[in-house]
Amino acid sequence: MLTHLPALAVIIPLLSAPLCLFLRRPLLAWLFTVIASGLTMLVSITLLQQVMASGTIVYEMGGWRPPWGIEYRVDRLNAYLLLIVTSISTVVLLAANTSIEKEIPRHRLTLFYVLYLLSLAGLLGVVTTGDAFNVFVFLEISSLAAYSLIALGEDRRALWAAYQYLIMGTIGATFILIGIGLLYQMTGTLNMDDLSRRLPEVSQTRTVFAAFAFIIVGVCLKVALFPLHRWLPNAYAYAPSIVTAFLAATSTKVAVYLLIRFTFSIFGISFSFTTVPLQTIFVILGLTGIFAASTTAIFQKNVKHLFAYSSVAQIGYMIVGYSISTTMGLMATLLHLFNHALMKGALFLALGAVMYRIGSVRLEQFQGLGRQMPFTMAAIVAGGLSLIGVPLTVGFVSKWYLVLAALENGWWPVAVLILLGSLLAIVYVWRIVETAYFNEPPAGRESIEEAPLGFLVPVWMLVSANIYFGMDTRLSVQVAEAASQALFGVSP
Amino acid sequence: MILGLYNYWVVVVLMMIGFYIVIAHGNLIKKIVGLSIFQTAVFIFYISIAKVDDATAPILEEGISKYSNPLPHVLILTAIVVGIATVALGLALAVRLNEAYGSIEEESIQNQDNQEC
Amino acid sequence: MRDLFAVIMMTGIFGLLSASFFVAMDAVDVAFTEASVGAGIATLLMLTAVTLTGRSEDSERHKPMWALVVVFTTGGLLIYGTLDMPYFGFAEAPVHQHVAPRYIYDSMQETGLPNIVTSVLASYRGFDTLGEVVVIFTAGMGVLALLRVERRPGIDQIMADSIFYLMHERHLILRIVTKMLLPFILLFALYVQFHGDFGPGGGFQAGVIFAAGIILYAMVFGLNTARYVVNRTFVRSLSAIGVLLYGGVGVVSMLLGGNFLDYDVLADSPVAGQHLGILLIELGVGLTVAAVMVIIFFNFCGRRDLP
Repeated sequence: MLTHLPALAVIIPLLSAPLCLFLRRPLLAWLFTVIASGLTMLVSITLLQQVMASGTIVYEMGGWRPPWGIEYRVDRLNAYLLLIVTSISTVVLLAANTSIEKEIPRHRLTLFYVLYLLSLAGLLGVVTTGDAFNVFVFLEISSLAAYSLIALGEDRRALWAAYQYLIMGTIGATFILIGIGLLYQMTGTLNMDDLSRRLPEVSQTRTVFAAFAFIIVGVCLKVALFPLHRWLPNAYAYAPSIVTAFLAATSTKVAVYLLIRFTFSIFGISFSFTTVPLQTIFVILGLTGIFAASTTAIFQKNVKHLFAYSSVAQIGYMIVGYSISTTMGLMATLLHLFNHALMKGALFLALGAVMYRIGSVRLEQFQGLGRQMPFTMAAIVAGGLSLIGVPLTVGFVSKWYLVLAALENGWWPVAVLILLGSLLAIVYVWRIVETAYFNEPPAGRESIEEAPLGFLVPVWMLVSANIYFGMDTRLSVQVAEAASQALFGVSP
Repeated sequence: MILGLYNYWVVVVLMMIGFYIVIAHGNLIKKIVGLSIFQTAVFIFYISIAKVDDATAPILEEGISKYSNPLPHVLILTAIVVGIATVALGLALAVRLNEAYGSIEEESIQNQDNQEC
Repeated sequence: MRDLFAVIMMTGIFGLLSASFFVAMDAVDVAFTEASVGAGIATLLMLTAVTLTGRSEDSERHKPMWALVVVFTTGGLLIYGTLDMPYFGFAEAPVHQHVAPRYIYDSMQETGLPNIVTSVLASYRGFDTLGEVVVIFTAGMGVLALLRVERRPGIDQIMADSIFYLMHERHLILRIVTKMLLPFILLFALYVQFHGDFGPGGGFQAGVIFAAGIILYAMVFGLNTARYVVNRTFVRSLSAIGVLLYGGVGVVSMLLGGNFLDYDVLADSPVAGQHLGILLIELGVGLTVAAVMVIIFFNFCGRRDLP
């Protein structure tokens, strides 16, 4: 069975989804989903070990040799991404049963889990596949499931957010489709590996240039890179809490993965960064994104909105690291993918706990919460510190490498700006801390209790991961370094 | 030269008509119509790639040696399904939005939201 | 055009025109699908949505200048991109050289099917098609999650009275014609389903036609009669069973020692295995597509009489 692992990583959630539809009792559906997601996590852990030990694993779907058939190609980069997505999904799911009972009507619970599994399967499919068109198909599975999940939010604005996301997401996907079509037209193949070998021959044509532009713009829509981020804040703010925690921690990460895969593996570094002025554009967009989004975050009244804008800012950091385009810079981006998933997973899940007890995450509702929900608030503070990049948290590790990478390249203004961006993070995290710890609870809400264990356990699992990987950086740094070196063609 | 690329240019014009409807119109249903035109134009583009002069449909028959390229056809079959799935979901959202806001105009929904904040 | 009804009819015509365009470009399978989807189901869904939301559009357009700039930039980029393209219909273009020839020359020996599109769709790129079935399944679940109305006692009666009241009482000829036509539609669907290996057609088109038959029935005889005939829980299960059948074939081939979706191992000889595998997965596609289309349509209509 070990040889089938790459396929199993996608097939388990993919086929669990229709099976889950037959489970009428929400508790059963939940258990089933947790087990499916947990199994997938085990598969990806084993895959990562195998890949780190013996290199890239190739799996031919249907037994057809690529480029005729579709192949799954797991190298260090996707094994790393698989681990991030599946582990966050499993931990977030642990809290699902408690969280959604208050946020989603009972008769929709089974459908919620079905859609959740589909979304997970879609994301994993995008990460594992080695075929450009297959990326489009699985991207649409995960996106369609995500639109529906967001629309399940209680607030009617969730519908509007989902609709806007649907329009933007579909435009993005169609752009990617156009780009893939142009690539196919020039090379006659859809297999990524094959594309990377056949592209250099035609890389000076205008058609390939147009293909590159369309794919980059399409993927950036999914990444929510500033200024294409407009769909993200509302989608995160009004979706059910579990969905926010899951999507915030995984879906933009997968989109960043696609960006890396297309530019580094398919088009190749020399084309992406020398033929096209991608580097300059992305550094500027990334830095503007950091400052614009962090500043907007400071003025938000809804804490979910606040952290959603902070996500846009964090994407800015990833893009800056990516556009430095050295092994070190890319490694910082990959580290930040992992670390940001941990932070935002913990933060949004903790917000879910607040939602569960208070029914709102508006900032003024946080008054006095420091004493009423000490463990939840401590988790939010820890996540916030990580977001700022305080030493001993994961946030510090990724910022450290990012600044090092910028300095190594002699880009000291960029390094200074990155540090300035962290100052803005201090401001918005401080606003929450101030409200929660230095105010008395408002009248009529004196009897709020701590969140149930169903929440606290997964939240603190993520928080301790934030601290553990902040101190013991061996695993994340080692894998990120290996993945980044492999992308630059350096043998470790 | 002009004749050889003529087909693609028509497709580009069609795509852009659809794309314009999606971004410029405020009516939710019309946006989805635009999306479906945009996507259909992309389908035509793929099928144009597949065409070979003097060839026939890719169903094997004796006495015929030239077939059009079957692969883009397969891809577009998949893409059509993805397209209808998106349209169905988008329309479902529009219907729910109409129930929640009493309107399917972008401006009106945005205004109601702004008042709430 | 401000009247959404007209807009949608035009879209339907556009779908039909592009379908005929596909025929002209040798893509018969695609044309078949586009005709049933672009001109059929999509138009129908849009019309149903418009009956729920109202058919007029406000005159306001937001930021038309900005939109024009975006559109012209993208369009310009595409035109720029076309300049280095191989000419239309040029047989020596790279597309026709690398991967495609194997499908054309070897698919007969490898899968034993004359319709190359079917063999690529179901076998060489069978995993894409599994993805496609899951996409449509996802859409079905999404629509269900968004639009499903909890059944309350009494509401069935109200629906029965109001929804298709006029149709019901007046259009006698329509009803009789429908009754006569329906068996043939369903029969045709089955023909398309099982003949897809040889001519244009296959699970997806068959599923759409089958669903169209049921939808026609629902339109003429009322949603409630249709619901009585086609049980909702059953349709829901069917949509899942289709995906499971497809995936199941893959898992079985895995257990028999092949890779996922490797039909060679399903029977004694590879070609027989391919035949069996393709038949089964096409059936899975047909089931899911038909079931999801019915789910989508019924749930749109069920939304009409909400208080």
